[in-house]
Amino acid sequence: MASIKLRASAKDGVTTIKALISHTMETGTRKDKKTGKKIPAHFIQEVVCTHNGSTVMTANWSPAISKNPYLSFKFKGGASGDKIALSWVDNKGEKDSHEIAIK
Amino acid sequence: MTSMKRRIFLKGSLATGALGATIGTGLLTPRAALAAWSKEAFESKDINSALSNLLGSSDLAASDKIKIKAPDIAENGAVVPISVSTTIAGAESISILVEKNQLPLAANFVLGANTLGDVSTRIKMGKTSSVVAVVKAGGKLHSTGKEVKVTIGGCGG
Repeated sequence: MASIKLRASAKDGVTTIKALISHTMETGTRKDKKTGKKIPAHFIQEVVCTHNGSTVMTANWSPAISKNPYLSFKFKGGASGDKIALSWVDNKGEKDSHEIAIK
Repeated sequence: MTSMKRRIFLKGSLATGALGATIGTGLLTPRAALAAWSKEAFESKDINSALSNLLGSSDLAASDKIKIKAPDIAENGAVVPISVSTTIAGAESISILVEKNQLPLAANFVLGANTLGDVSTRIKMGKTSSVVAVVKAGGKLHSTGKEVKVTIGGCGG
């Protein structure tokens, strides 16, 4: 919950999803300026978004997705009140999910 | 004099201590076993092998039905907004690759049956490079590219 900001709006039969996730998205190639050591990679690998339980989007990500990732997409269908759920899993096995209703 | 030596000694031992700790954690980074996430594709060092590992082919057909919306010049390579939209019927997935990044494959979006071919995200770019969008539809790969100039790289190092 805490890491995901999710918006879903339906208009003319098309639902637009906008998501903002707070995550460091560490590449694993960056160095700590103080110690000169590489910072281990830590990034979201998979994002799944469902509409009333059926998957509308599966995003597979590399560390090349910017810090605090933004994702937006559209799908046909969806009405006010429908459930939209989004979840992510990162390379360390950490995860989070959030569910909202379409406005 | 003795106090000076002691200080140097302390500094030295602290530094080696930190070194040992980071090496340990670096080697033991847990790799989550995800079925869908293709390790081979995401760790491929060039576009062709990334595509072969991800989509089973690197045979690209240039298409004017794919549009990439990205800045011509990105001042900050750490945050480059990219939108890919396509009018190709039956698009199954959209992949975004950055030719000159160390690991070119940035993202792969698998679309649901009713999902439109229209995704936006923000990516990191190490340097000026061509951004390639690949759309998989009906077992074929369609692609288009766009050059993005990067003023300050965003991959660290």
